[in-house]
Amino acid sequence: MDPASLKKLNAARAGRRAVALVTDLGDGRDRVVVEGDEVAAALGDSVAKAFRSGKSGVLELENRSYFINVHIPPPRLVVIGAVHISQALAPMAKLAGFDIEVIDPRTAFATPERFSGVRLDAEWPEAVLSGRPLDPYCALAAVTHDPKIDDIPLKAALVAGCFYVGALGSRKTHAKRVERLTSMGVSADRIERIASPIGLDIGASSPAEIAVAILAEIIKALRTRSAVSAERAA
Amino acid sequence: METMPQKTMPDNDPLTVAEEWMGEGRDVAIATVVETWGSAPRPVGSHLVIDGDSNFEGSVSGGCVEGAVISDALDVIETGEPKMLEFGVADETAWQVGLSCGGKIRVYVERLG
Repeated sequence: MDPASLKKLNAARAGRRAVALVTDLGDGRDRVVVEGDEVAAALGDSVAKAFRSGKSGVLELENRSYFINVHIPPPRLVVIGAVHISQALAPMAKLAGFDIEVIDPRTAFATPERFSGVRLDAEWPEAVLSGRPLDPYCALAAVTHDPKIDDIPLKAALVAGCFYVGALGSRKTHAKRVERLTSMGVSADRIERIASPIGLDIGASSPAEIAVAILAEIIKALRTRSAVSAERAA
Repeated sequence: METMPQKTMPDNDPLTVAEEWMGEGRDVAIATVVETWGSAPRPVGSHLVIDGDSNFEGSVSGGCVEGAVISDALDVIETGEPKMLEFGVADETAWQVGLSCGGKIRVYVERLG
């Protein structure tokens, strides 16, 4: 392996960027591809596919054999609101392989008893997120119903290009939210990305069912997302 | 409250270790699982990194064939020529370097630099 490739690969991984090392198994030459980099035709398609699926593997192409080793940052789910839905969502998301954390400044809600085994911050979201910024491999679900708590992290998630941004609330509530975010300087294109009403439409009714709908919507967004570079550039 | 520090890289991440070793001027080989068939203990993409004194970090099989990979890695460090190793089911002829789980793996071993 080229030492420069190793350094570039490790730097991208440490920075939570999706990155692949493509090695020609014939002559041992390798190159690092950060998601969104241009890669020529046939090889490019396979690399793009590897980024989407997260699966590494050998590719036979024009009598050459390549190994594509893809490194995807572990998806992180940030839930704003230590509410009943979050109590169901947290263990489910954990089972599905997400790094889950719940943030709610209301100490009556954010108690360890209600969220055993879950990373929980009883602080304002902006304080927590300034220490651990959002990125394109994060999903954010805002479920407090309280604009004072939800709005700032929603804006942060849209600006960071999180692969999923969802907000709880009726269409009427959401219309008001759109107005507030607009006045906070968020572009219409970005606001459009908010999933609201939150969750896939499966007729969910109980908090646990709503949690299933939200998690399903997040997984759909993760597995069908397009390359992140376009959003980074935007 | 449970504290779970958010880490982008797990402890003893082999590729991070390889870079550290390189920085210390050590000779390093990197072994990578490139294909698996059947039940294999470590997924495709897993790494074992080895230095010229047989120190190693990571795994390609959870312990079954590491010894053989390390010995080939020392050759690779010496010659600079990458090698493709294949390990299958443990049988009498391959007793020392077999996978007891019954799977088959291909491991690519290359020198760093």
